[in-house]
Amino acid sequence: MVRVKVPTMMRSRVGGRPVLDGQGSTLREVLEGLEQRYPGFTSTIVTDSGGLHRFVNLYVNDEDVRYLGSLETQVEDGDTVAILPAVAGGC
Amino acid sequence: MTATGTNGQSPPTFTEDQVLRYSRHIILPTIGGAGQRKLLDAKVLCVGAGGLGSPIAMYLAAAGVGTLGVLDFDRVDRTNLQRQILHDDDDVGRPKVESAVERLRGINPTIDVIGHDTMLTSENAFEIMEPYDVVIDGTDNFPVRYLVNDACQLLGKPLVYGSIYQFEGQASVFLPGPETPCYRCLFPQPPPPGAVPSCSEAGVFGVLPGVVGSIQAVEAIKLITGVGEPLVGRLLLFDALDMDFTSVRLRWDPECPVCGKHPTVTELIDYDFFCGLPSATGASGHASEEA
Repeated sequence: MVRVKVPTMMRSRVGGRPVLDGQGSTLREVLEGLEQRYPGFTSTIVTDSGGLHRFVNLYVNDEDVRYLGSLETQVEDGDTVAILPAVAGGC
Repeated sequence: MTATGTNGQSPPTFTEDQVLRYSRHIILPTIGGAGQRKLLDAKVLCVGAGGLGSPIAMYLAAAGVGTLGVLDFDRVDRTNLQRQILHDDDDVGRPKVESAVERLRGINPTIDVIGHDTMLTSENAFEIMEPYDVVIDGTDNFPVRYLVNDACQLLGKPLVYGSIYQFEGQASVFLPGPETPCYRCLFPQPPPPGAVPSCSEAGVFGVLPGVVGSIQAVEAIKLITGVGEPLVGRLLLFDALDMDFTSVRLRWDPECPVCGKHPTVTELIDYDFFCGLPSATGASGHASEEA
């Protein structure tokens, strides 16, 4: 089981849940599983061609997956995935 | 009257008022008289006098940052008062810089407070930022965040970053030059226009900028005094609802267009256009993106 932390901005797509349980051996599999449960959830993370948007960062534990294997990054039971969208607020 | 320095050099000289005003810093191990002297000699620019800018500027004024610049082009609105503690009810309708400068001089009349009542643009950014040692980002939109980042990298100035959304905040320190990450290393591209609602659209927890802005003030003081470990190469994430502080590792991107090995951004660009907004020239666009 992989723990996926959902930022405030994306919680409306998952019934307000701050944390989701994901399954899979790669990050892509985890996200595909979540997309099936919550259609539209990954549209702001994954591009139409299956890559990662560059204004959203994903971290497995505290490491940016762009420096691991992007969406093919291996995940294991107990890992935490954090989703970090760019925000600009300061007002 | 003098206070003892901590670096073995001649002790820094303070006025009687300064010894009293900054006594809790001067007696504090690692800051001491030498650290307070550095604060008094420092020049810091706070870009934005809103939610983040309020605690940033107020704490830095109180701490005795000798030259404190505050930049904003906006006027105080009644909806600001729930969180922008620089401004009073009586300030509604006034330029934010005007009420900010007044408040900051009230907190500490012995420092030099400089108001920049203007919008930061690619045309004026270098001239405004050049005299300052440290820049703090308290802005509220993507084009200006990329502008501040690029200008700091090109001018060789450290940038203290903070950003908020509803109940969550982020903070980091971006040093100039290669090997350490900048804002573009963190987010190479902005989201499409309209994808991230503004404070006025999504709401913002009033105390949130108080927490994140205070962290930015902490980091600025650490950079100036050289104490502690700056938030470089790490991004601090704060969730007020869960009362959760975590940090993730930030890496320098050798392909970064501004601080990478082969920079392609060597001067300030049209940041509205870069962020997909209509530019001054009437064009609009959003750079193609995919990791």
